[in-house]
Amino acid sequence: MLRYVFRRLLTAIPTLLVIVTMAFFLIRVAPGGPFNQERGLSPEIKANLEAQFGLNDPLWLQYVHYLGNLLRGNFGPSYNMPDFTVGELFARGLPVSIQIGASALILALLLGCLLGTIAALNQNKLADYSVIALATAGSTIPTFVIAPVIQLLFGLTWKLLPIGGWGDGALLNKIGPVLTLALPQIAIVARLMRGSMIESLRSHHIRTARALGLSDWSVVVKHALRGAILPIVSFTGPAAAALLTGSIIVETIFSIPGIGRYFVEAALNRDYTLVMGTVVVIALFTIVFNLIVDVMYAFVDPRVRYD
Amino acid sequence: MDASETILSVKDLRVRFRTLDGVVEAVKGINIHVNAGETVAVVGESGSGKSQTMMAAMSLLASNGEATGVVDYRGRNLLTLSKSELNQVRGRRISMIFQEPMTSLDPLYSIGNQLIEPIRRHRGLGAAQAREEALKLLRLVYIPDPERRMKSYPHELSGGQRQRVMIAMALANDPDILIADEPTTALDLTIQAQILMLLAELQRKLGMAIVFITHDLGIVRRLADRVYVMRYGEVVEEGEAEAIFVNPQHAYTKMLLAAEPTGIKAPPPPNAPVLLEGRNVEVTFKIGGGFLAGEPLILRAVDHISIRLKRNQTIGIVGESGSGKSTLGRALLRLLPSDGLIRFGDRDISAADRQAMRPLRRELQLVFQDPFGSLSPRMTVGQVITEGLLVHEPILSGRQRDLRAVEALREVGLDPNARNRYPHEFSGGQRQRIAIARAMILKPKVVVLDEPTSALDRSVQKQIVELLRKLQADHELSYLFISHDLAVVRAMADYIIVMKQGKIVEEGPTEAIFSNPQATYTQTLMAAAIDVTRFRLSA
Amino acid sequence: MTDIVATAPAVVGRSLWGDAWARLKANRAAMFSLYYLAFIAILSVFGPSLVPHRYTTIYADYVRMPPSLSAYPKPDKIETALNEAIKRMRVDIKQWRQEDNRIFVTVTSHKPIDDRNVRYLDRSDAFDNTKIESKSADGLEAVMSASIRQQYFLFGTDNTGRDLLSRTLMAGRISLAIGLLAGVVAGVIGVLYGAAAGLAGGKVDEVMMRIVDVLYSLPFIFFVIMLVVFFGRNFVLMFLAVGAVLWLDMARIVRGQALSIRRQEYVQAAEAMGVGQRGILIRHVIPNLLGPVVIYMTLLVPQVIILESFLSFLGLGVQEPMTSWGVLISTGSKNIGTANWLLLFPAFFLVSTLFALNFVGDGLRDALDPRDR
Repeated sequence: MLRYVFRRLLTAIPTLLVIVTMAFFLIRVAPGGPFNQERGLSPEIKANLEAQFGLNDPLWLQYVHYLGNLLRGNFGPSYNMPDFTVGELFARGLPVSIQIGASALILALLLGCLLGTIAALNQNKLADYSVIALATAGSTIPTFVIAPVIQLLFGLTWKLLPIGGWGDGALLNKIGPVLTLALPQIAIVARLMRGSMIESLRSHHIRTARALGLSDWSVVVKHALRGAILPIVSFTGPAAAALLTGSIIVETIFSIPGIGRYFVEAALNRDYTLVMGTVVVIALFTIVFNLIVDVMYAFVDPRVRYD
Repeated sequence: MDASETILSVKDLRVRFRTLDGVVEAVKGINIHVNAGETVAVVGESGSGKSQTMMAAMSLLASNGEATGVVDYRGRNLLTLSKSELNQVRGRRISMIFQEPMTSLDPLYSIGNQLIEPIRRHRGLGAAQAREEALKLLRLVYIPDPERRMKSYPHELSGGQRQRVMIAMALANDPDILIADEPTTALDLTIQAQILMLLAELQRKLGMAIVFITHDLGIVRRLADRVYVMRYGEVVEEGEAEAIFVNPQHAYTKMLLAAEPTGIKAPPPPNAPVLLEGRNVEVTFKIGGGFLAGEPLILRAVDHISIRLKRNQTIGIVGESGSGKSTLGRALLRLLPSDGLIRFGDRDISAADRQAMRPLRRELQLVFQDPFGSLSPRMTVGQVITEGLLVHEPILSGRQRDLRAVEALREVGLDPNARNRYPHEFSGGQRQRIAIARAMILKPKVVVLDEPTSALDRSVQKQIVELLRKLQADHELSYLFISHDLAVVRAMADYIIVMKQGKIVEEGPTEAIFSNPQATYTQTLMAAAIDVTRFRLSA
Repeated sequence: MTDIVATAPAVVGRSLWGDAWARLKANRAAMFSLYYLAFIAILSVFGPSLVPHRYTTIYADYVRMPPSLSAYPKPDKIETALNEAIKRMRVDIKQWRQEDNRIFVTVTSHKPIDDRNVRYLDRSDAFDNTKIESKSADGLEAVMSASIRQQYFLFGTDNTGRDLLSRTLMAGRISLAIGLLAGVVAGVIGVLYGAAAGLAGGKVDEVMMRIVDVLYSLPFIFFVIMLVVFFGRNFVLMFLAVGAVLWLDMARIVRGQALSIRRQEYVQAAEAMGVGQRGILIRHVIPNLLGPVVIYMTLLVPQVIILESFLSFLGLGVQEPMTSWGVLISTGSKNIGTANWLLLFPAFFLVSTLFALNFVGDGLRDALDPRDR
């Protein structure tokens, strides 16, 4: 197992390198530069700034410098927010994004599995149809519709929640964003769980368990659920990576200081270092969570062996 | 125990399934009873409702199924019991084993865990005691090294071992009745015999009644005390086993009894020309390997095999699963890359590529085992049959092709008017006829038949065997008949090759092999085939 | 049976496609959704030219008017509008009255009144056809008449006074067109790539799928934003590019299907008959691939529509004055406090369309792949 993890991490290095390289050159090829937008910069100051950040060096040299800095864990300074380094921006924004994302993920997994199981056990009955309806709605309505509707209902009409803002992490401020982020995921998990649970309940070993007179609890929870959970485990990897690195929509609409907002702003402003930093963070999260999920998979399913 | 005491009686049982095409009645009001300690066989072909009868009795029907009637076990109607009452009976008084040993155990839990669970549940034993019991059970069903096996997972066991574990689980609580639903069908012949022997021994030791659900009359013959014959959801005949076999009353029973393929194939004249020849044919597969994955595993599926197929000859290739018999058939047709020499007529085709093989393909045909998978589901039967003509006789007009399709369908005994229908509208036997017509329309010289009857009911098997024989006689065909079914091979082939793990164990004329097998493996195989039909469960 | 029978027209069977169509027709939710989609499509294509307002016309007097079934200007608003227009003439109202659909206003001034002053009334969105009815001899007093312009804003108007109905329909046209366009682009690329990998197999397949894996682990939004940066605001080009990004799933699905079809016995049977690669592709692989491709296309189109709305929401997609549902929802979400109809109408159109697409997709899946009975 350890060897497998080690090998996976080893193969992650070239993947990461490819991503970093592609991202680096793609954004550099794009027209414009970090100091073009700022009006009133005299050409001398602009030239000065570019020289200071090494933007006049040949591209390959900049690339080598960037890789070198990255290896030392240094993401470089942000061009558009000169008071901060990219590392500092992440240090402030990432905890916020992770809090919201992790809460949404946990909520989605618990509620989604529960709803999916209830639906599967009551296939083609009212409970099942209700869950299907909920799941369809959740996976069909985009977040940029859910979020303002939540604001409209809970914030403006019923005045239960603040309309937006972080409020230094107050619980009430988190409810809206977490709900918005979680709803589509709940829908996906519930659907996935319903499908795999129905299949699991139909499998031959469940028939065996029933024929042996085992209790419903054992049949459903011990035998059916454990097999049905496998697709959910696979789903969790990419989902965790996506949720924990922040959502542009949710952070924009609810005015939350996470890292999800950085990316678009940075790309439009050609804040090269911030764009690159975000790409690296997202890629890292993706790789790490996929690895964690594969390891977890082996714990749930003894047929999966890594060596 | 009073042998005449009736412990289970099924009265006017009906089973219905709600489907998209309306309600289907799978079991139509049948009556069956089981006495203590006896062996009852419920025999029928696919779709007879034999399995659903027992599933209904055990309340194991699929969610769209519904049973009415009475299933009386010692005075209690199982169909009306509450779930918890039912679970006092299931696995405790009545137990069941299934056809699919590969999937009937939970893949995620160890054997020990799964064995201990029903023991603890029904007998309320502590963990340590239950573990002792489980070990005892594993020894009872002759699982070697039971201590170690307790920790194994189902995928680490062979098919036969899994079925033994399944039996151990079913017998864990000393039940009155064991329902065995086709328990040996998915297993190799030698394993089948072992499992049947085990069941017979356990019945002697423990004295439970066995309800044996099977399509295989061969097994039923010596194994059961009483037999119920089912067709289309009804019991058409019942009685003492001997009586049914000696003096069947119902036409269907007679047909089933006569369904065992009979007859022999005369060998071709000694001077018949050799059509297809393989010398030292070898096929290897590479498993795994690649970047960072270590050395690949080399699997030699066909290991230096030589074979000579003469005109009008049928060579039967016999072997259990994994013996390499199908691989050999495909390699000889150059559908798989292989080493060694392969000749067709006087041509060396060992190195022929796709292009070079194409004109020869019409003379070298292949019929598959699974008539459901081998016909393209989106083509009409006419299109399926005439596809080869597009390649080999491209000058034919659409109308000429149509006429050839009519001719080919008639030759295999199908209504030519059905040629615009689609494969899914036909039964298994009819589909296999279509597959044969597809091969025959090209007027081939050699046909490789890869288990062409194994997916079919016995009665249909016999028809297909007869069809193949007639076609061979009409067209002087040469067959390579690949099968695990000794009865069918005996009726079809004049020469037999016995394969095991990619090697030829023994070969010779059919009668010589059957009457006087030399190799130990062949003897085991023959003995198993006879044992399977000779076994008697009840003491 | 005689020979004549054999050549008689044979019984026609029902193909799997026929079965699927019959099953789809029996699925009420899917059929209703199909009709609804057709309705929305027709509305979006022809609607914008049928409604009285162009989607770009600005009615400065009708900023953020709530949706209403009755005509604007409302009776109480007529005087306000009149006062405003008269004020711009720099004259004073002496009196005014309304007769049917026309108003008559008497104005006075200390300078002679210029006839061209009528344009101030015409310029107001509330009136047109202004005439000077009479004028006093000294020119200091005049009676003007103007007809009241009755305008309907069924969905209300937006922040700059544009009719939301025409904008919503126009947005529908853009969103649906983009969904279809980018969906088809993604579908074609995915099918070609996936089929090529699946059919080639072996090393080629391995390399091609490795490339897909790498593209998968690149943050998707990064790609899209790069495309925006490259293609600027040309939305047609951009959505061709977006389509070019969304093909990954399709490629995986098609490749998997192609691989499994190749392993099917009926393909082996065709190979054993000497059928060439082309024949196998045309007669066996493509017809059997079509089902999964159709099913996945119905998933792809809503995905693209959502993506378009998402980008437009961020201000990266369609640009003003052109509009799409995403643009409208974005405006709406910024005005939920004061003008919630700006959110509700476009959101309803978008969500109901997505629902319908979803039901059609589910229906098609059930119809084409009925294993899960």
